[in-house]
Amino acid sequence: MSDDGSDSRDTTPEQSRYDQARYVENGEYEPLLSEKDLTRITIGSEDDGNGDDGEATDSPLPDDLTRDALELPELSEPELARHYTRLSQMIYGIDSGPYPLGSCTMKYNPKFTEDVAALPSAAVHPDRSEASVQGTLELLYRLQDYLGRIGGMDAVTLQPPAGAAGEFVGIRVASAYHEHNGEGHRDEVIVPESAHGTNFASAALGGYNVVSLPSDDEGRVDLEALEAALSENTAALMLTNPNTLGLFERDITEIAEMVHDVGGLLYYDGANLNALLGRARPGDMGFDVMHYNVHKTFATPHGGGGPGAGPVGVVEKLAPFLPAPRVCERSEPSQSGEPVYERFDPEHTIGKVHGFDGNWLVLIKTFAYIARLGDDGLADASASAVLNANYLAEQIDYDIPYGPFHHEFVASAGEQDAADVAKRMLDYGVHPPTTKWPEIVPEALMTEPTEVESKDTLDRLAAAFNAVADEDADTLEAAPERTTARRIDQTSAARNPRLSWQALEDDS
Amino acid sequence: MRGIERRDRSRPPLVMHGSYTTGSPYAPHTAEDRTAMLEAVDAETVEELFDIPAAVRFDGQFDIDARTERETRRLVRSVLGRNDDRTELLGRGHYGYYIPSLVDHLADRSEFLTSYTQYQPEISQGFLQALFEYQSLLVELTGLEIANCSIYDAATALGEAATLADRVRDTSGHRVLVPERMREERKSTLENYVAGTDLVVETYPVDDGNVDLAGLEAAVDEDVVMVYAESPTVRGTIEEQLGAIGDLAADVNAFFALGSDPIALSLLERPADVGADVVVGDASVLGLPTSYGMGLGLFATKEDYLRQVPGRLVGVSEDATDRRAFTLTLQTREQHIRRERATSNICTNQAWVALRTAIHAAVLGPSGMVDLAKRAVTRAEALAERVDDIVGVQAPVHDRRHFREFVAHVDQPASAVAEDLERLGFAVHVVGDHEIQLCVAGVPDEELDRFVEALEEVAR
Repeated sequence: MSDDGSDSRDTTPEQSRYDQARYVENGEYEPLLSEKDLTRITIGSEDDGNGDDGEATDSPLPDDLTRDALELPELSEPELARHYTRLSQMIYGIDSGPYPLGSCTMKYNPKFTEDVAALPSAAVHPDRSEASVQGTLELLYRLQDYLGRIGGMDAVTLQPPAGAAGEFVGIRVASAYHEHNGEGHRDEVIVPESAHGTNFASAALGGYNVVSLPSDDEGRVDLEALEAALSENTAALMLTNPNTLGLFERDITEIAEMVHDVGGLLYYDGANLNALLGRARPGDMGFDVMHYNVHKTFATPHGGGGPGAGPVGVVEKLAPFLPAPRVCERSEPSQSGEPVYERFDPEHTIGKVHGFDGNWLVLIKTFAYIARLGDDGLADASASAVLNANYLAEQIDYDIPYGPFHHEFVASAGEQDAADVAKRMLDYGVHPPTTKWPEIVPEALMTEPTEVESKDTLDRLAAAFNAVADEDADTLEAAPERTTARRIDQTSAARNPRLSWQALEDDS
Repeated sequence: MRGIERRDRSRPPLVMHGSYTTGSPYAPHTAEDRTAMLEAVDAETVEELFDIPAAVRFDGQFDIDARTERETRRLVRSVLGRNDDRTELLGRGHYGYYIPSLVDHLADRSEFLTSYTQYQPEISQGFLQALFEYQSLLVELTGLEIANCSIYDAATALGEAATLADRVRDTSGHRVLVPERMREERKSTLENYVAGTDLVVETYPVDDGNVDLAGLEAAVDEDVVMVYAESPTVRGTIEEQLGAIGDLAADVNAFFALGSDPIALSLLERPADVGADVVVGDASVLGLPTSYGMGLGLFATKEDYLRQVPGRLVGVSEDATDRRAFTLTLQTREQHIRRERATSNICTNQAWVALRTAIHAAVLGPSGMVDLAKRAVTRAEALAERVDDIVGVQAPVHDRRHFREFVAHVDQPASAVAEDLERLGFAVHVVGDHEIQLCVAGVPDEELDRFVEALEEVAR
């Protein structure tokens, strides 16, 4: 990288490249645990303690209540430390480099949040008495309060264990609300064409017919199409704002009025909330119910697929339908003057959506992140995220058909195949954008750098985009070259599913 | 009021990090950078970049103070410090086993922690392999061919099992049968999952903790789509009639869904051998310490239902050099491709917990897992014998074999006994007017000795 900030960076493979760890043994990558060892333990009751083909173990139970044997790897601690350390080296995370995966808001995860989630005082059982877990209840109460303020919502449940679970709660709450008002006939949920796949699936899981809404030429909700879609059968409209193109739905006030006029509810998908912190709140825009994606907006680690948490906020009239229990503060403090927190069941609760109270460890990290940043930090997170997206967009050669965008933009790979572009970007030591979605942009490269990247990193990221933009189809199709594995055959995986090491044995 | 936070406006703004002056401590922009970037996008201020109509622009404040990292840690420590330290003899679906240090140290490696779902498999082989190994662990434990790499928890996995049963063509009908004794929260979650379908959840009777087979037989008819049973049960008993329950379900082409967990499955009958079509439960009994109910939904089923399975699946393929490689597969089942026709709405799941579970299982090895399961039987039954010797206590209430936990009758009101025990530093379940439930998982022997003394003191 050059020191003077000029565009003279050298992106040739000799000067800027990335080689991921790659272990090869006997011609194959890192062996499976089962290839390192398999030990069979046979289980027999005390009176017949045998063991013909493995280590025998006396069982306290009669044979008819037990299995015959268990066969798994039996490895020493040093061997396991090495196994999993090697596996970790074959993974690219945010701490490895930029991760501009559009719609996923892959921010840096502050390390201290792991420390507070690991506090011994946090390790309590959900069936403890309320009086003995006042700390847990206080944290949950304060987080409900934080999230209510941030979203402009009157009441919050922390129970949904992920964003999609939050959507499902929103749908169930809407259903219970309509039912309560004698309007159980409402059987349609409207979802924009470009929405997250979970919106459609959550509405369908809730038993609704999904009405798909096309966008207008500018990439926003088409008001005429919305008018046509709305009816007395509309239960809700699910909307992301800014939408998946990063565009703010400028007509949001009118959209809210239209939905409310037919008696429907307006649902806010919180996936893109990182664009708006401190500048606009779903509650003020007329949304009745929303979920928060805490691993996106509030930087809890995604852990390679989860756990997340998907708290749901609602306006006053929907609060009685939220899942049980929620946490409230008792009007009377304790004898020592401390506030006392207790669980309560909302009056018309839909019941439970998780066996206990959700992903507690993730909620602690969420609370800690918000408490650390405060008003200024949260507002700056959005400002820097929007600035970063706009700056990066300015630096890349691909066409970006829709704007003005906020925290993310969708570029088009044009004549190139977006999936191939992504594979080739891996060779430049960056994570590629989300590809081929939303479909409104041909060969979409949905890009969200978040606020955590510096100008230098964005320049390096842009250089990767631009280097790939200049490469030919053969190079792209041959990519990636420098990752642990080379291009993986998806078709073969699906045509001949081998989903366990046992299946591999059967295969050979 | 403590919980309602207001900003302290007399306080000077925090310098969040070093010489950087912007608000988020995790946004690395210098003032110089910011100026250059604004210039590049042809804007005077960042606010210009926000295309938000004035009518919905938020001009207020959240009223949340920023804090230094140290202050934030102190805040969380102080809030959670209000939790009383108790020896928990608590279970009923959430357990606090000892977690080896190796699990924390390896799972906390930032590549595991800070990566996303493996949409780019070439750069994510390590996580995919770990999840593949997790799936294989469950295949061995259940004897079923397919395990996904997680649902949120036991309750939501049960909900997914019911919708799977509903989708599978060789089952029809609309009744889902569950035992009358199970965690209400689990049943309520199931009811929410099936609220959008034609399915209804009904209960069948339980006899002395286990399935009342005659009662179940009377309840089963052609209209049953799924029969759910647990072993160990919510009251800690080991179900003795799993094969017969499986037969009853099979007779009417209904699914047999078995609720269990990886420690119990290390010793108890293999689900495949008793006719289970799907196994659900909380796999985080390995991998997670007591976490206020946070879990890991175990989900395993037969190969026949592969294309209808909810959630992520890792499979084997080959890369361009013909070497074995891993990838998420059969994604056409999933919401991001199939949308409203997906097998589930699940997207983010509990992958990192599954990693922890896989590491914990690997640390134990098969001998350690079987040993842990055996001790769940011997230690629970030994504690039952000891408390049965106490005046005013009879245990176990159920004349069954027990795993990890059991119900005890107390002559005194159970709530009074529990309150007295709390004062002495122990937390137990109250499950009836005169019933407490005691769980040995994760409680060291010397703590159990102290507990027996405490119970002696309060039970008479």
